[in-house]
Amino acid sequence: MQLNELPVTGPWGERHLLGLETLSAEQLGTILDLADELRERTENGTRRIELLKGLAVANLFFENSTRTRTSFSLAARRLGADTVDFTASSSSLSKGETFIDTARTIEAMGVDMVICRHRTPGAPHLLADHLRSGVLNAGDGTHEHPTQGLLDIFTIRRHLGRIRGLTVALVGDIRHSRVARSNIHGLLKLGARVIVCGPPTLIPADIRRLGVEVAWNFDEILPEVDCVNLLRVQFERQRGAFFPSIAEYASLFGMNGDRIRRARKDVLVLAPGPINRGVEITPEVADGPHSVILDQVTNGLLIRMACLTLLARERKTPEAGAA
Amino acid sequence: MSSLWISGGRVVDPASGVDEIADLLVSSGKIASLHRHSAGASPPADLPAGTQVIDATGLIVSPGLIDLHVSLREPGFEEDEVTATGTAAALAGGFCTIAAQSDTNPVVDNRSAAEFIRLQADRAANCRVLPLGAVTRQHAGTELAEIGQLVDGGAVAFSDAKTPISNSEVMRRALEYTRMFNRPIFHFSMVPELMEGGVMHEGFEATRLGLRGIPAAAQDIMTGRDIALAELTEGRIHLMCVTTRDSVSQIRNARARGIRVTADVTPHHLLLTDSVMSTFDTLCKTNPPFRSRDHIEALIEGLKDGTISAISSDHQPHSFEKKQVELDVAPFGICSLETTLSVCIRALIEPGHLTWTQLLAALTSGPAAILGIAAGTLRPESPADITLIDPNFEWTVDATRFASRSRNTPFHNQVFRGRAVVTIVDGQVRWSLNPLP
Repeated sequence: MQLNELPVTGPWGERHLLGLETLSAEQLGTILDLADELRERTENGTRRIELLKGLAVANLFFENSTRTRTSFSLAARRLGADTVDFTASSSSLSKGETFIDTARTIEAMGVDMVICRHRTPGAPHLLADHLRSGVLNAGDGTHEHPTQGLLDIFTIRRHLGRIRGLTVALVGDIRHSRVARSNIHGLLKLGARVIVCGPPTLIPADIRRLGVEVAWNFDEILPEVDCVNLLRVQFERQRGAFFPSIAEYASLFGMNGDRIRRARKDVLVLAPGPINRGVEITPEVADGPHSVILDQVTNGLLIRMACLTLLARERKTPEAGAA
Repeated sequence: MSSLWISGGRVVDPASGVDEIADLLVSSGKIASLHRHSAGASPPADLPAGTQVIDATGLIVSPGLIDLHVSLREPGFEEDEVTATGTAAALAGGFCTIAAQSDTNPVVDNRSAAEFIRLQADRAANCRVLPLGAVTRQHAGTELAEIGQLVDGGAVAFSDAKTPISNSEVMRRALEYTRMFNRPIFHFSMVPELMEGGVMHEGFEATRLGLRGIPAAAQDIMTGRDIALAELTEGRIHLMCVTTRDSVSQIRNARARGIRVTADVTPHHLLLTDSVMSTFDTLCKTNPPFRSRDHIEALIEGLKDGTISAISSDHQPHSFEKKQVELDVAPFGICSLETTLSVCIRALIEPGHLTWTQLLAALTSGPAAILGIAAGTLRPESPADITLIDPNFEWTVDATRFASRSRNTPFHNQVFRGRAVVTIVDGQVRWSLNPLP
């Protein structure tokens, strides 16, 4: 199957996917619909569909990640693309080569799209300015993680059939969470009500201006929410003390069996992972009937296939008209 | 020595209150006399032989601009700037005198280091360069530098540049010790712990972009401490790069109570807000960071009522490679000498916030008073440092043509109205935009 034979129903037109903040509701819809379409055609992502045959996708991961990198690699391969992984855990500066030079070097090997994970907000934007390839942000510091936001939204839509009118709580470390920002932008554009919940040290004061509500008391909002997305406590991003102890955090903001019983009976529990069992979520909930954590992982593959496909359609090719 | 006759310009000398169309005679490196201008008249016949005549019709004739803190980067960071290029950039920006920051490598914390700054300035023979000496050895903030030796080496004031002196005991002793030399301490008043890791102003934009912020409180708290120590010691403190509403208000109150505190602001902090960070552009990464509109309004009020008596370019040249990296590892600062006057005009004159006299006071007599130097005025017998400004000259900033060795400006390709066109130091035309007839 050729790339241009695939039915893409909505608007797109983007060469890069850097964040959800700059996309329209219609563009978000295009991605979600394409992910649904790919789900049908690949039996939930288990079969190959050769849309990206002959293209090469580079995973440039400047920050540790196993899950996201594996998901992207698999998504690219299911689409028939060649993949190359480049992992550098430390700053490129310390090795004497700049981040941009590293990316240009990989691109010069004949890469069509670059997936970038970096600890610094704006790093993929910098690449987009300097590379010919399409750039897909796989998480830039505490800024955005668009495919995670999309797969969370996709999972909610698959289970509840809609986004508009739902109340979604994002619980935990909002301040250091790129997942929170991408979820907020995507959910609000698609018409959900979003409540961010956590201790004041982990919720920036200005976050309300994004259009969300702020709650410090998880138990108070529990009866109102259709979905709870439990953000991982980002121990590695915190500088200094944001809460006194893990036990206190777990008691105030952890999702446990007791809270599940006080929530709506059909409440959906998401967690972007990797989860800290016993901190944000107890094993009882993680493995219980409300949890869609493993669906999120499967849906991540479909969302990433959809994003790669859309970017491939818009890519700049050295020989005009090819594709 | 030769003479100059600068005719028909609008002479604006804030120090003496002059603002009129006049002719200026310069001889032997000094301002000789100011003459009422009569249109159409030729230069008087009794001018000394060989006097160079400059037609300044349509131009503003200002005392030579003075910049309180410029990083010249030599020695140690010659990839960013050297004295010759930094002083050439100063001339192109209309500056006749700059104070050179002590943040070289090694830092200017001893007499010979200060003398080297002057030696390189003499070799460059562009603008005047006054060394700033370090307050503490190696800017470590623990032991005082050899302040008396630095004075002998030519240091006009003391500063640890962008390194805050966070130990209050050390700052107290420094303020006391410098009293016997009657030289101010230029301090970068920021609480290090609140600044650490930050790349932009803490506020909604930082939240949206996921970037670590530097709260206004980082400056407010240290400003309050510095004022308290200045009061305690009766020393002279000068606060560099004030950017917050509350700092302006604290400085205003302190000055009203007679505490010896002065302050400056940079031109870019008067024009740009934190929203410029949306593109993650390292060229907009400065410390202090660009703040929000309400802070800018307070800074302008501070300039209007004299709470802030100087504008400094805070020139921070960085080589291209250093800024072509991720935002968190990129250095702070912009290469600003050549755009300072134009940015001031855009931010302060065009919206009608300041008169030319007020603006030029902040660029001439204001900084001269802080440095305690006999400059920044066109009074007869003053050194003939003069800047001619064309207030209507439209130009496009082209960083590739900067006299500075660096290009890190957020104003590249932007169109401005008004700039310096001739810079005269010691009675000599050291720089002109176009060749003079």
